[in-house]
Amino acid sequence: MNPTALEPLFWAMCGGFAIAASGALAPAPRVARAVTAIGSVAGAAAGLWLACLVLAGAGTVSIAMPSVLAAAGGLSFHLDRLGAVFLAVIGGVTIPVAIYGFGYTGGYGRRYSMRWMSLQTGAFLLSMSLVVSAANVLTFLLAWELMAVASWLLVITEHDRPDAVRGGLWYLAMTHMGLLALLAAFFLLGGDQAGAWPFDALRDGAARLSPGTRNAIFLLALLGFGSKAGLVPVHVWLPRAHPAAPSHVSALMSAVMVKLGIYGLLRVALDLLGGGPAWWGVLLVAAGAVTALTGVLYALVDDDLKRLLAYSTVENVGLIVLGTGAGFLFLSLAQPTAAALAFAAALLHVVNHAAFKGVLFLGAGAVLHATGERDINRLGGLVKRTPWTAATFLVGALSIAALPPFNGFVSEWLLFQSFLPGVASSRASVAVLLTLGVGALALTGGLAAATFVKAFGISFLAMPRSPEAANAHEAGWAMRAGMVMLALACPALAILTVPVLSAIGGALGGVGGLPASSTTFSLGVILETPHGLARMSPVAIMAVLAAAGTGVWLAMRLVSRGSRRIDDTWGCGRIGQTSRMEYTSTAFAEPLRRIFGELYRPTDDLTVTEQPGSPYHIQAISYRTELHPWFERGIYDPLVRATQAAASRVRALQSGSVNAYLAYIVLVLVVLLGMVIGF
Amino acid sequence: MFDVAGIAVEIGQALLSLALAPALVGFIRWLKARMQNRRGAPIWQPYAELRKLFRKDMVVSRQASWVFHLAPFVIFGSTIVVSLLVPVLVTPLPFNAVADLFAVVYLLLLGTAFLALAGLDTGSAFGGMGSSREMTIAAISEPAIALAILSLALAAGSTNLGEIAARTIARPSSALSPGHVMAFVALFIVMLAETGRLPVDNPATHLELTMIHEAMILEYSGPYLALVEWASWLKLFVFAMLAGNLFVPWGLATSLAPAALAVAFATTLVKLVVIAAGVAVLETRVAKLRLFRVPELLAVSFVLGLLAVASSFSLR
Repeated sequence: MNPTALEPLFWAMCGGFAIAASGALAPAPRVARAVTAIGSVAGAAAGLWLACLVLAGAGTVSIAMPSVLAAAGGLSFHLDRLGAVFLAVIGGVTIPVAIYGFGYTGGYGRRYSMRWMSLQTGAFLLSMSLVVSAANVLTFLLAWELMAVASWLLVITEHDRPDAVRGGLWYLAMTHMGLLALLAAFFLLGGDQAGAWPFDALRDGAARLSPGTRNAIFLLALLGFGSKAGLVPVHVWLPRAHPAAPSHVSALMSAVMVKLGIYGLLRVALDLLGGGPAWWGVLLVAAGAVTALTGVLYALVDDDLKRLLAYSTVENVGLIVLGTGAGFLFLSLAQPTAAALAFAAALLHVVNHAAFKGVLFLGAGAVLHATGERDINRLGGLVKRTPWTAATFLVGALSIAALPPFNGFVSEWLLFQSFLPGVASSRASVAVLLTLGVGALALTGGLAAATFVKAFGISFLAMPRSPEAANAHEAGWAMRAGMVMLALACPALAILTVPVLSAIGGALGGVGGLPASSTTFSLGVILETPHGLARMSPVAIMAVLAAAGTGVWLAMRLVSRGSRRIDDTWGCGRIGQTSRMEYTSTAFAEPLRRIFGELYRPTDDLTVTEQPGSPYHIQAISYRTELHPWFERGIYDPLVRATQAAASRVRALQSGSVNAYLAYIVLVLVVLLGMVIGF
Repeated sequence: MFDVAGIAVEIGQALLSLALAPALVGFIRWLKARMQNRRGAPIWQPYAELRKLFRKDMVVSRQASWVFHLAPFVIFGSTIVVSLLVPVLVTPLPFNAVADLFAVVYLLLLGTAFLALAGLDTGSAFGGMGSSREMTIAAISEPAIALAILSLALAAGSTNLGEIAARTIARPSSALSPGHVMAFVALFIVMLAETGRLPVDNPATHLELTMIHEAMILEYSGPYLALVEWASWLKLFVFAMLAGNLFVPWGLATSLAPAALAVAFATTLVKLVVIAAGVAVLETRVAKLRLFRVPELLAVSFVLGLLAVASSFSLR
């Protein structure tokens, strides 16, 4: 296809998101909601279609607008295949989320400004799409900052809740720390080149940079993009801001936005710098393993459904970075095929995580909508009152726990397989590092299974633990449609693994020293890793599993003739069952919390009041437990204190007197003029 | 391309696993009883239990949802899929094209997760307790399994079950290499944890505070209970076959010739008897560990796996 034929699609995408933003002009909240939903779906559909065409090899889109912001070098867009992978994720998640959002924001109009929200949503979606199609640093950073500000405004939509405002503040601070690091990285990368620093020129220039500069760029980019992606220890904003946002925005942030941090890292470190020394890969593997384990350990013990999901996003970003790190390591060891597999596994997990984290956040939103509760300990029994939400949440939970036959299993399997050539490597250090990486991957997988058995089992099964849960109502049609679409994507992506992987393989081909051939994976139903170490077929597993389950069901219908009686759950002879007898979320996680107690260092308070006269009869027991990530205190408390101290010093300048302010202005002018004359 | 005879043998192999699994459990129980100076129930007692349960009426909790009704079929179905992949008599068979060790582990984890969900579904405190403990043990045994797999994969150059068996058949001496032996011990420890044997869980207990597996299935009765129990026996059988046929694949048929199949059947029975005897001796000799000592046991398994990888690295 002629590349120019793709250009209208690009404009259609931007136009759709602009329509979404134009909900700001709508006369009534209901109209604003509808305009936002329709515009977002249209823009996302155009974006998804465009991404698919680019991935299918229809060419790339290049649009230069030198006249816009000409003084800074002008805007410029170029959507290549790497960007298209992420654009496909943006489009694919936005369509169901926008439909869901139409239903979810139904009650918002009374309390919050729907018009503002339309503007922010449109800007957020547009900026994300532009980040992945930017062709120069100016465009990239503008889109990046617009994305940060729009998403921050969305986080504080419910501005009357203190936790939303506090989470937003953390986000704002961390994202600008990241922006600072990115600015520094790009200044080092751009050096003395003129103009808006097009990526093509930077790529050519990067080869001439000294190793020290390249390392500095890599570390700064890791800090900047890592803070967006949620790498430990710069992940602190994520479990605070993601749960505070309206749930469909949480879904967009967790499923899509954090992945743009991965995109940035790949774009700068792999594409522009073309890989680096082995320690880059080692650092990423270590950071990925620490992030994955920290994320899943805190997800496991969290009782807030949405914060649990946010920590699980941290975990999954860790897995993605783990794969990326293995890729960089293999690249530095001149094993390009193994590197391509590791990068492809990481990118496949990017795509898969978008599907199941999307459905899980939408499900958590539906629970919040139905009960007003996020505390798992106050939920329960929802499977009977909200069957659609429960079924879709279960699909998401099984997928994220890497259980077959869903898509999470496929990418986790591929991550395992991508480590094998490294373990078989002739270098002992690499072999030991990646062996420990496999251990971390497996422990993360096991803990994720425990986490999501808890998240689904305690929230949705058994008896309701609060009146709110007992009176829950099922979500409306729009919310149900959004959840069902994303839930269906989980098995669909497992079935379509091979085409998706070949698209990803094509996107990686030729990027930063990876082999140019796009046929790294043998096509067909069976997934075979390029080094021939392993074969697996998600389709066959799904088919045989379904056949076996159905076969057993039919056989049992034939064999058993017994009747079925409904009765109470056995309670040791006690009559009457209440929800107080059930296991809670805290209790479920308690064994693992104790096993990993050294890492959690919780504060437990147990007070036992004995009956006067007899120590064997207890009058009352009170137990309170608190779990605050201790390492955050170590790193961030001093920073926060120092910032506050600096701010109170600066406050002395702000006397409130206009005369003083005028004096400052004159003073600054004199200094500036002096500098100009001096030079 | 489409190997009808192979597929027939494959399905026959899975049915054989299904048929032999109760006998394996019956044999372990009988041997334990003998070692404890009891007469013990006959080896075919588990078959009688299944027959009885399939004919019985069912009592289902008022709180149970569709998850409770779905779980037995997912648990049984996933274990059957695993038994299709694991070599029992012949290797390689058609499904071997997709028989991956990591896939086996995650399929078994699917059954575990559903059993845990079913345990939570009825709202009983016992069910919750069992689920919580089962998921705890499943989570911390994952890294140990992964490293045991890794050491096997390194030696064979693949995580494919058929390739691992084929490689050891081709080089019999490798079965006695230190890495192989350590990986075997690592997998054996994991097998005890995953299938709820002593010292991790006591299959004979009904004492509330120590139950894990029994606590989760407390609300199941009749045919559902039969399915869940049969699946757990099949899981033990599958692990025994993994230990027997991946580490010591001698006797495994490599063709569909009747003589080879007969030899394979005989050696498989011998391997099962040896492994069952090992489990029975262990279960009469050791006491159950406290729940919070189980991580130490699994850490031993993890370290053995790590050493196995390291030794296969250093001996290359």
